[in-house]
Formats: sequence, C-alpha cells, structure tokens
Amino acid sequence: MAVYKRGYEPYDGLRTPQWSRFLIIARYAWRRLSDSRWLMVFLVLCYAYPAVFAALIYLPHNAAVAELLGKFRLVEINPAFFLKFVSEMGSMAFILTGFVGPGLVSPDLTNNALPLYLCRPFSRAEYVFGKMSVLALLISAITWVPGLLLFGFQAYLAGFGWLAANWWIAAAIFLGSWIWIVTLCLLALAVSAWVKWKVVASTLIFVVFFVAAGFAEAISHTLHTELGHVLNLFEVIATIWRWLFREAGSMRLPIGLAWATLAVFCGLCYLLLNKKLRAFHVERS
Amino acid sequence: MQPVIELDGLEVRFGNRTILDHLDGSLSGRAIGLLGPNGAGKSTLINTLLGFYRPWRGTARVAGHDIRTGIRNVRNLIGYMPENDSFIAGMSAIEFVRYMAELAGLPASAALERAHEALFYVGLGEARYRKLEEYSLGMKQLAKLAQAIAHGPRLLFLDEPTNGLDPPARQRMIRLIRDIREKGDLHLVLCSHLLRDVEETCEEVLILKQGRIVHYANLEQERRLNRKFMEIETDVEGDSFAEGLRELGCECALAGARRLKLVLGDGAEVRDVYRVAAGRGVNIRRLNYRRDSLEDIFLKAMENGAPPPLPPAGNGA
Repeated sequence: MAVYKRGYEPYDGLRTPQWSRFLIIARYAWRRLSDSRWLMVFLVLCYAYPAVFAALIYLPHNAAVAELLGKFRLVEINPAFFLKFVSEMGSMAFILTGFVGPGLVSPDLTNNALPLYLCRPFSRAEYVFGKMSVLALLISAITWVPGLLLFGFQAYLAGFGWLAANWWIAAAIFLGSWIWIVTLCLLALAVSAWVKWKVVASTLIFVVFFVAAGFAEAISHTLHTELGHVLNLFEVIATIWRWLFREAGSMRLPIGLAWATLAVFCGLCYLLLNKKLRAFHVERS
Repeated sequence: MQPVIELDGLEVRFGNRTILDHLDGSLSGRAIGLLGPNGAGKSTLINTLLGFYRPWRGTARVAGHDIRTGIRNVRNLIGYMPENDSFIAGMSAIEFVRYMAELAGLPASAALERAHEALFYVGLGEARYRKLEEYSLGMKQLAKLAQAIAHGPRLLFLDEPTNGLDPPARQRMIRLIRDIREKGDLHLVLCSHLLRDVEETCEEVLILKQGRIVHYANLEQERRLNRKFMEIETDVEGDSFAEGLRELGCECALAGARRLKLVLGDGAEVRDVYRVAAGRGVNIRRLNYRRDSLEDIFLKAMENGAPPPLPPAGNGA
C-alpha cells in the first residue's frame, strides 16, 4: 500500500524464519556500533599486535633476514608464543568489552524497551543471544580469527611436519578465545542489566576485574597462599589458557579450581541476567 | 464467533499476593475493554496474556492458543502498546517502527514500507525522521501505536493508550482506535481506567476489582436495551395506565404512586405510550430514557462486587 493512502491495512505478506530473528538485533546493534569512530580506531589498533606477531613468524623464514641473524633466534615459535598472543589479545578484548558491552543492553533497560522486544515472537534467550553475538563477533575478530590466521601462516611457512605436531595449538587458540568471549559477554550483559546505566556498567566491569585482582593479591600475601588468586579472574583465565597451551609450569592455581571458579562466575552472571532481563519487574511480598 | 480470549481459572500471584484471582470466561467482541480502578489487575491480565507473567494456576487462551504452551503463537498474532514510556534510544521513529516490524517477522523492505505507512497513519509522517527522544509525550504515544500496528497484528493490546494526553490528542487517539477497529480485520483489547475511552471504543467490557471480574457488559446489547427502557411520571396514580401499557406488550412496573418503569415491547414506540395515556386520561409529566451509562454500570459493579454473568470459556469455540 502506498504511503499516501494512509489507512490501516493488515499484513498478509511473507515472514522471515523464526530462527533468523536474533540476527536482526545483531544487525541493528552493529549498525549503531559502527557509527563510533573510536571503536573503529580501537579495532585498527588491535591489529597492530597480529601484524607484529606475523612479522615475528615471517622473519626467521626469510632467507635474507635468517642470514643476517645467523645463529641468533629472534623468537621461538612454540606454544608459549601463541599463548602470549592469546593473552595480549585477551586484554584488548577485555578493554573492548568494557566500552562496547554495556551499550548493548543498558539503553533498552533504561528506556523500558524489553516489553517491546518480548511481546513479539521472540524469547529472552534470543534477545541475549542477539546482543551477545555482536560482542562475540567483535571479540572474535581480534582474538581467535587473527590467532588462527597466524597459526595458518606459521604452518604454511614451517611445513606439514610442524602442523602435524602442533595442530592442538589451533584448538587451544580457538577454545581459549571462546571461553574468554563467553565469560566477557556474560559479564558485560549481566552488569549492564544490573545497573542499567551505561557509564556505571562500564566502570563496574573494570572494577570487577581490577578490585578483585587487588583483593586476591592482598589475600595471597597475607595468608601466604596462592589460592587467593581464585578471586582474580585474570589469573583464573590465564591458568586455563596455560593449561590449554600445555604451559602448566607457570600455573598459580590448580586447574580444577580455575575451571570451577569460572563456572561459578559464569553461573552467577547467568542468574543475574535471568533475574534482571524481564519485561516487567514485580515486587514480591 | 470464535472467542478471542478464554480465561480458564486464571490465577496470578506475586509472592503471597494474589493479583488475578480465578478468572473464568470467554470474550469474543471486536473491541474489548478492560476497566477497573488502579491496581485492579488490568495490566497484569494483559501482561499475563502476553506471557510476561506465568499463571500460578489455571490458564488462558488467546485466539485458541494456550498461553502456557503456545505463547510464541500468541505473540505471532498480537500487537502491543505498553502503558509506560517504551522506546529504543538513539533511533528515529522510522527506524524504531521498522525495527519492531522486522522483529515481528516482516522482511526488511516490507518492514520499512509498513513503518512509513504506520507513521503516516497515526499522524507522525512529517516527524518520522526525528529521534524519539525529541518527541513529546503525545507523539511518543502515537509512535507506540505505530509500532503496535505496523506488522498487521490480528489482536491489538492497548494499555492505557490515552495516558497523559491533552484533550485534542486524546480525541485523536480515540479516533484512530475506532478507525483501526472498523477498518482492520482485527480485535482489540483496550485497558483503561478512563470510562469514556472504553465507552467510545469498545463493544464488550470486563470490569475488574481487586483481581476479580466483578462485571461483564456487552455495551452494544446494553445500548439496544437502554433505548427501550423508560421512566415515566404521571399526574395521577397510574394503575390503569400501566394496564394499558401491558396490553400494548410493554413490561411495566410501578416505581411509586405516580411513577412507572417500563420496557417497550417489540413494535411499540413512544407515541403509542402517549396514545395510551390520552386514552386513559393520564397526563405524562415527565418521560426519561433511563440509560445506564458505563459510569452507572461501573459504579454498581464497584459497589456490589457481584459475580460476573460472563459467558463460560470454550462456549464459542
């Protein structure tokens, strides 16, 4: 019907498949994020790391540079090299989450938009999944995607023998990155749903990590135990990464405890999200 | 006619508080009004039908779909205009309505076309590229209505649509609701505590009080009946006059020495009443059409809290 007719008409046309609806949320959220120049600058800066790591992989394989370096090894391309990459990019992912994550959910809650989403054939899980997918996509773009590209680059230069011996590193990059992505997404959404104010939510995300890390350090020093680090989520995820990259020697926490801590943390975030992301809240007395 | 809403022992509790208390019945009108004082449970009933609250006991069916097991099917059919300020920050009205239409399942291009249409229809055509944050309250209400109808729902829930509107804006909203009711192939449920809003737009009314249905009225039927209901005051005692009216086929009752209440019989008209009066030598001092307004119905329901004469669920299926 043309605009000029200005009458109410029912709609009998095609409808999109149910499974694809969460992508609409992701598409609109991405459109808003992509308007931010700061985000684009940050993403470009994030690619400085992979560029440096790619250079470190390439240089030993370049005949001229190898001749120049002689017996001097610039850097060893081993699991620790990729662990270093995942750790560095994990830090960038954390900063990205702190700035981008709260903007995804807080405005909807502040402006009571949830009833508008949830009165449509659309569940809370799909809403969360749609919002998370934007953040997950952004973090993926700076973590496991360049990580696997670097791994592929090294495998291409070093040959099939290296690939056959080290394929598990690719799995560790992928798995380690996704554990971090899920943790960060849950944290960002849960905190935003809790405080509903973008700036406060951003601050709180940083506080959760840094203040808890401070406490962990204080407890460890006072009680002379490494177990205090269980409060430090950086240390928890680092432990899991070290385990995945078979660098167990530098682990400060038992791996079982690290997994358990992460599971509890993610469970708490899930419960918080489940409690706060509702169309309407009621006072139960 | 297939019932739009069937309530089957529906009970909703928040903690220890019972908000909706064993609601039963079936509603099939084109425009259904939910009336009641603040806190009566009107919005809770709508929110339960939308699946936002889970019933403690019993269930309800919307267009034949059970809200416990088929809420997605229910949501496929409905449009909802919430009571409170609800919008998505940073969006223009056209983006907002398009986004909502897409979430309801319309392809992107159809959603854009329908968003333009809906905004023109509600009167926001010229302001559709402005950010929602810049809208006045009345404009926001209209934008909420636009997002509720853009995807062409079969059932429209309007929760206090005239809240906070000045008289001209309210009139405009009422006109739009009536127009949607007349033109569209849809049913609407309007929840309000303003009697005039419901009276001007609805055919059926469900009055709630403290979570219970205290009255059900079919306004169309009442209006038809009211046209036949009269109160007459005469100058002399009216026994013989009443007898004459009964012979005319009217139901008649003495409401005092010189006062009569009567319901006109089929085919009888007011001039027949005057003819009988002249024939019996009675002068009519006053004749009123005793019309029970919705206000009367509402006040009676609030006083009595009587059990509802509501059609049982499942009757009309």
